[in-house]
Amino acid sequence: MNFGFEEEQELLRREIRKFLDEQCPMEEVRRLAQSSDGYSREQWKQLAELGWLGLMLPEAYGGAELTWVDAVVLLEETGRSLFPSPLISTTLAGSAIADLGSEDQKGRWLPGLADGSRIGTIAFLEDNDVLGPAGIQLRGRPRGDAFLLSGEKRLVADVEQADLWLVPFRVGDPEDAIAIAVVERDADGASGRPLPSIDRTKRTGTLQLDEVPVGPDALLGPPAGASLGLSRVLDRGALALCAEVIGAAEAALRITVEFAKQREQFGHPIGHFQGVKHPLAEMYVEVESLKSLLYYAAWAIDEDPEVAPAAISRAKAYAADAFTRIGIDGIQLHGGVGYTLEYDIQLYLKRSKWARSMYGDADYHYDRVARARGL
Amino acid sequence: MDFSFSTEEEAFRQEVRGFLEENLPDPVPTTPEFLREWNAKLRAKRWVGFAWPKEEGGGGGSLIEQYILKEEMSLRRAPPLGSDFMGLAWVGPALIRHGSEAQKKRFLSDILDSSSLWCTGYSEPDSGSDLASLKTRAVRDGDEYVVNGQKIWTSAAKQAKWIFNLVRTESSSRYGGITCLLIPMDTPGIEIHPIDNLSGRPGFNEVFFTDVRVPVENRLGKEGEGWRVVMGALANERSGISESTEMTRKLDSLIELARNSRKAGRPALEDTSVRRELAAFDTRIEAMRLNGMRNLSRQLKGDPPSSETSINKLLRGALEIRMAELSLEVLGSASQLEGPWQNAALSFHGTVIGGGTPNIQRNIIGERILGLPKD
Ligand SMILES: Cc1cc2nc3c(=O)[nH]c(=O)nc-3n(C[C@H](O)[C@H](O)[C@H](O)COP(=O)(O)OP(=O)(O)OC[C@H]3O[C@@H](n4cnc5c(N)ncnc54)[C@H](O)[C@@H]3O)c2cc1C
Repeated sequence: MNFGFEEEQELLRREIRKFLDEQCPMEEVRRLAQSSDGYSREQWKQLAELGWLGLMLPEAYGGAELTWVDAVVLLEETGRSLFPSPLISTTLAGSAIADLGSEDQKGRWLPGLADGSRIGTIAFLEDNDVLGPAGIQLRGRPRGDAFLLSGEKRLVADVEQADLWLVPFRVGDPEDAIAIAVVERDADGASGRPLPSIDRTKRTGTLQLDEVPVGPDALLGPPAGASLGLSRVLDRGALALCAEVIGAAEAALRITVEFAKQREQFGHPIGHFQGVKHPLAEMYVEVESLKSLLYYAAWAIDEDPEVAPAAISRAKAYAADAFTRIGIDGIQLHGGVGYTLEYDIQLYLKRSKWARSMYGDADYHYDRVARARGL
Repeated sequence: MDFSFSTEEEAFRQEVRGFLEENLPDPVPTTPEFLREWNAKLRAKRWVGFAWPKEEGGGGGSLIEQYILKEEMSLRRAPPLGSDFMGLAWVGPALIRHGSEAQKKRFLSDILDSSSLWCTGYSEPDSGSDLASLKTRAVRDGDEYVVNGQKIWTSAAKQAKWIFNLVRTESSSRYGGITCLLIPMDTPGIEIHPIDNLSGRPGFNEVFFTDVRVPVENRLGKEGEGWRVVMGALANERSGISESTEMTRKLDSLIELARNSRKAGRPALEDTSVRRELAAFDTRIEAMRLNGMRNLSRQLKGDPPSSETSINKLLRGALEIRMAELSLEVLGSASQLEGPWQNAALSFHGTVIGGGTPNIQRNIIGERILGLPKD
């Protein structure tokens, strides 16, 4: 039993911190948020060189073969900086291919994801807004040993930036008859269309599929056998998102605490008043409790997979509620300047709005917790 | 990060389970004879004060093993480990940390044998949350202190043999004028008046001191060091109050209640708001458990419990309120009657106020952890 990070993980954290402080301070975040790419290709290349794009991928394919706990360290820091990049999407795509793909497929796609030459994402949501295998209604139309895909995937993270779209689709009526195809950017009939995200540091959009052919060599795992794999990817997405939420929520708290120490009214720094001090204390309780829930979940993914889904759902449900409140209180405690574009606290509010429903909202995840408890 | 238990720890868990299988009847008897026998058996196994050092008569067990022991005991709803609750939870640890050899010899084995019973004299009529303003005077007279003043809300004072008592030995220094005295409750000059709690039961007491003579050797720590002693004791009290295992049992019972109830004509468990609330409780209790493990890890690295324990005290306070409210909601109109759930909804306030109110916990976090100005 040891509830703490290892020495190497603390070292990793310091390196990432240094990189982000130097390369992506808030002015740069704001600039990238307004750019058309939405991220810096130069920084992306550096991330790859530092080994952080393939953090968990097998060494044989250019990865560092580290664990989800290491990934949490990385993502806490990118979240703290609101670092704009397709890091979570690419991490998820890589982990799904590593998990489900054949050696041939891994050899084809993973090195590119690890060396930064390609960006991946997963296109899971459809019109019904139902997360998980049950929500996958897009049907593959068989043609020979291939399928034709036609339809739309919604709110696909980094859809326009991605070179590889992982597309789950239905191959039969049973709920779990799901396949996942890897569709490459230049595939005939596939195109990504961006939509304005409430948080401009996160990119999203629609994936349009029009008679896109996917052959057997583009399917991850056997057709009709990827339902569990899909659930797992979505779990990992929730976990990765929570790690970024921890960093962002902690930053929002820190910014607001600093403001409360410096802004004076009625002859005192406002942090002297309990109407300010107490909500800040509650934010601290929420952030620390979320850390506990998430670190356990991250450990469980690698070491105790049976308890991982419920542990992740607890963390994501908690994160959605807690971060929502932190975003709202953070603005309010700033007073008028909190409502300006100039102060950074609004960027965290927008992140909280983006994060609440991504990879499942609190209702969705509490329902999974209830089920895990036999309710 | 490692949440697994070692083979020795797992073996210890099996030992505890085996012991409970053999020695704890179902249902658990509540007679005084059974409790006496039970305490003696636990004592023989050195499971009372299990994590205290062997040289002090404890079990020399690790904090992890103690956690396992408490968890297994609570799972089977076993009576507490030893019956001198305050003696075990904070008086003993304070003696081990600050006591002289003679004091340790005199008090520790009685606490472990459940043959002593301690009560705690902090609060006074004019000094509750503002504990450091306490006024009960102790004036040195040769080898004795002469104590005059009044304590209030003293739990178990009627039954207790000893009181762990804070007095003022110096009026000019707020914190440095506080001293801790260990006083036999049958000393001439001590008078006890019970106070009925809101359920009509004698829950706590007023304790009056009139020229009570206490030998100097009964002082714990140096004169003027009482505040230091009590800060450690309060952290221990708070981490105890916050143990999640008790909340887990409460949630089990609440789920049972919901399972057997109907709400608006339908099974209560089909009500989405009831399900969501129960899942949120499950999640928050898990956060408490994991926060506790994190504190434990810190202790293993040599940091004694501190302000961090206020996190779980706040989580627990909020949970008690919400869980009680849900139980009444599930009971429906019957919540107007007296009954076990209804009574619990009245009595949880004791745990929320005792050991320091939520506002005081928020002040502690705001000031000691976040560094906001004191009010
Ligand atoms: C069941 C029970 C058992 C107890 N057992 C013991 C015992 O064995 N020994 C013992 O010594 N004491 C005991 N206590 C006393 C307990 O520690 C005090 O009641 C508690 O610390 C609050 O003090 P108070 O009652 O004087 O309330 P006050 O301090 O008068 O507080 C009243 C209200 O004002 C708020 N408040 C006070 N100061 C501030 C501030 N600075 N900022 C914001 N809000 C503030 C409080 O939060 C509270 O809501 C027990 C209490 C209970 C309920």
